[in-house]
Amino acid sequence: MQTVTLAALLLLLSSLAFQMGRKRAFAVASGHPGTLHSLPGYYGWWVALWCGLPAFAILAVWLMFEPSLIRALVIADLPEAMRQLPAERIDVIINEVRNAAQGHATANPDFAAAAEHYNRLQQTGFAAAVAVTVTLALAGATFAYRRVHAELRARPRVERIINVFLVASSTVAIFTTVGIVLSLLFEAMRFFHMVDFVDFLFGLSWSPQMSTRSDQVGSTGAFGMVPLLTGTMLISAISMVVALPLGLFSAIYMSEYAQPRIRAIAKPALEILAGIPTVVFGFFAVVTVAPVIRSIGGAFGLNVAAESALAAGFVMGITLIPLISSLSDDVITAVPQSLREGAFGLGATRSETIVQVVLPAALPGIVGGVLLAVSRAIGETMIVVMAAGLSAKLTANPLEAVTTVTVQIVTLLVGDTEFDSPKTLAAFALGLMLFAITLGLNVIALHIVQKYREKYD
Amino acid sequence: MNQFIPRGTSKISARGLNVHYGDKQALHDIDLDIPAGEVTALIGPSGCGKSTFLRCINRMNDMVDGAKVTGSLTLDGSDVYDRQLDVVQLRARVGMVFQKPNPFPKSIYDNVAYGPRIHGLARDQAELDEIVMNSLEKAGLLAEVESRLSESGTSLSGGQQQRLCIARAIAVAPEVILMDEPCSALDPIATAKVEELIDELRDNYTIVIVTHSMQQAARVSQRTAFFHLGKLIEVGGTEEIFTNPREPLTQGYITGRFG
Ligand SMILES: Nc1ncnc2c1ncn2[C@@H]1O[C@H](COP(=O)(O)OP(=O)(O)O)[C@@H](O)[C@H]1O
Ligand SMILES: [Mg+2]
Repeated sequence: MQTVTLAALLLLLSSLAFQMGRKRAFAVASGHPGTLHSLPGYYGWWVALWCGLPAFAILAVWLMFEPSLIRALVIADLPEAMRQLPAERIDVIINEVRNAAQGHATANPDFAAAAEHYNRLQQTGFAAAVAVTVTLALAGATFAYRRVHAELRARPRVERIINVFLVASSTVAIFTTVGIVLSLLFEAMRFFHMVDFVDFLFGLSWSPQMSTRSDQVGSTGAFGMVPLLTGTMLISAISMVVALPLGLFSAIYMSEYAQPRIRAIAKPALEILAGIPTVVFGFFAVVTVAPVIRSIGGAFGLNVAAESALAAGFVMGITLIPLISSLSDDVITAVPQSLREGAFGLGATRSETIVQVVLPAALPGIVGGVLLAVSRAIGETMIVVMAAGLSAKLTANPLEAVTTVTVQIVTLLVGDTEFDSPKTLAAFALGLMLFAITLGLNVIALHIVQKYREKYD
Repeated sequence: MNQFIPRGTSKISARGLNVHYGDKQALHDIDLDIPAGEVTALIGPSGCGKSTFLRCINRMNDMVDGAKVTGSLTLDGSDVYDRQLDVVQLRARVGMVFQKPNPFPKSIYDNVAYGPRIHGLARDQAELDEIVMNSLEKAGLLAEVESRLSESGTSLSGGQQQRLCIARAIAVAPEVILMDEPCSALDPIATAKVEELIDELRDNYTIVIVTHSMQQAARVSQRTAFFHLGKLIEVGGTEEIFTNPREPLTQGYITGRFG
């Protein structure tokens, strides 16, 4: 809370600096802003950036190091006996001290003393941070303010700072992605030290019933991902059977048949479907669709599991309709009108034109869209967690319960697990496989869509 | 204002034809006869309604939202806008070639075979082959593409694509061919080839061509109609229109004073 106040104070100072800088620019131009190198606003920005950037940078550094610094000082002040304890115990103690510092009662007088120490340190630290950053802000602003004169190239400088800021933002985004992939990779490697890679890829049985503690006697689980893959494929296939025709046909209707008035209503309506959270769809699958399928199946004398691939796949298909239809709509609309006129001019009917001319021309784009939808289906988690079940059965029967890669990742990581048991690490290996598959699909899809774009641009 | 041609000899004839796009009137009261077996050129400044008139003849304006056609337009004496008339059959009789070559992204063969296929003109493969070859021959394209009929129509050059589109129109054996600035996207050599082709086709088809080039109108047409602001100003023999126009507006346009 304190930090937020400090940040707000710095922002306020910066905006004051902006005003001052702008005024100063007008002043040095003595009423002729035309003599300035840049527009007055740029001088304002320049002073504001000098005011805010260094101060915020220091604040960020401070926030990064403050906790470990305070921790080290608190530990140093603990009674000798406690300091000799192993690292995990010290962690526990520090937690206790923090709780005490926030006002929770503690029985141990040592802790109470440490908590007081902790609080004092934090207050001193914050006071120091305020002093340093505000001084820096004022100093920066003054420095820049003094240097405002007509020849100062304020615009290029501000532009350069903005450029650096944007580059920094995208670098953070890229490095985060790289970091996630690398951690996935390393954890998966650890898993493959315990479980054979080939067994994992081609094993037909999945039952990660590992003991959660290494000293327990227990079976070593089986980590063959084939049943998970087939489950994923089965559900994805069912969802595409639902989504492809419905999405494509609605796209054809929207782009080729619908009157502008209908299109203006129907298209946003369809896109609302894309905004419904998947957990709601999962709920819908469990509560509505699964029982319906079960009773229909029952009427035909079929034995449908309570959690069936069909229910999950069907509902997932519904969620994919907007994706397929809006991507297909885009590519169908991008087919040049002249091709349609060419076909109409030869006496083709509307449906002949669509089937024989428009769709073939749009096909690559549609294929790309469908691949994107497939990769979405493979990675979809919530609906299958809720509606597909947990049994890793190797089956192609849509009426049975199956499980998917994503569902297993969730179940492996839920609950108390050690972070170095194969059971937990298996989640990373599965995640890596999932990532590889969807990445591959996306690359192919984007490539196809790209190629298609080039053809008509 | 109009030169009336005895009804029996005119292939297409418009009487009091009006076209509106929404609130905007694009054609006013057009009376125009287009004789059979000749090339009729429609000229005039852009936006004057040449394309609109052309697209009335094969009812391409049906596709345009808000377009409304009133008055009468007949083909061989029967009303084109008759409710009973089947647009598919009309378009089999009246082919169209567009401003920008628009071959389908299919093979050269399939491009030409497209029309005969949808109209069921060939009883077997051999007959279809014959129609395709004949049409390509008539469009003067056969020699250039004979060895690569299975390549995509879009792989041809612009001029070849336009002749492919003409072959595609011919393949349906139409009586009338409408051409909307067929050479405006082509280079001079390709243009010359297409003009030559138009001249040859005149014997077997009634051709109506929109062009913004007066030289082209003079070269390929026997009759010329001059449109201005949605009105038909003057129509007559091409020779006469270009050498001795009766209307000052026509005179102004062909001498390049406006347009
Ligand atoms: N689809 C359309 N919707 C609305 N107005 C149109 C449409 N097509 C043409 N027009 C209008 O009709 C008039 C005649 O157009 P057009 O026949 O294309 O002229 P030209 O072919 O002689 O250049 C123009 O003013 C144009 O703006
Ligand atoms: Mg035009």
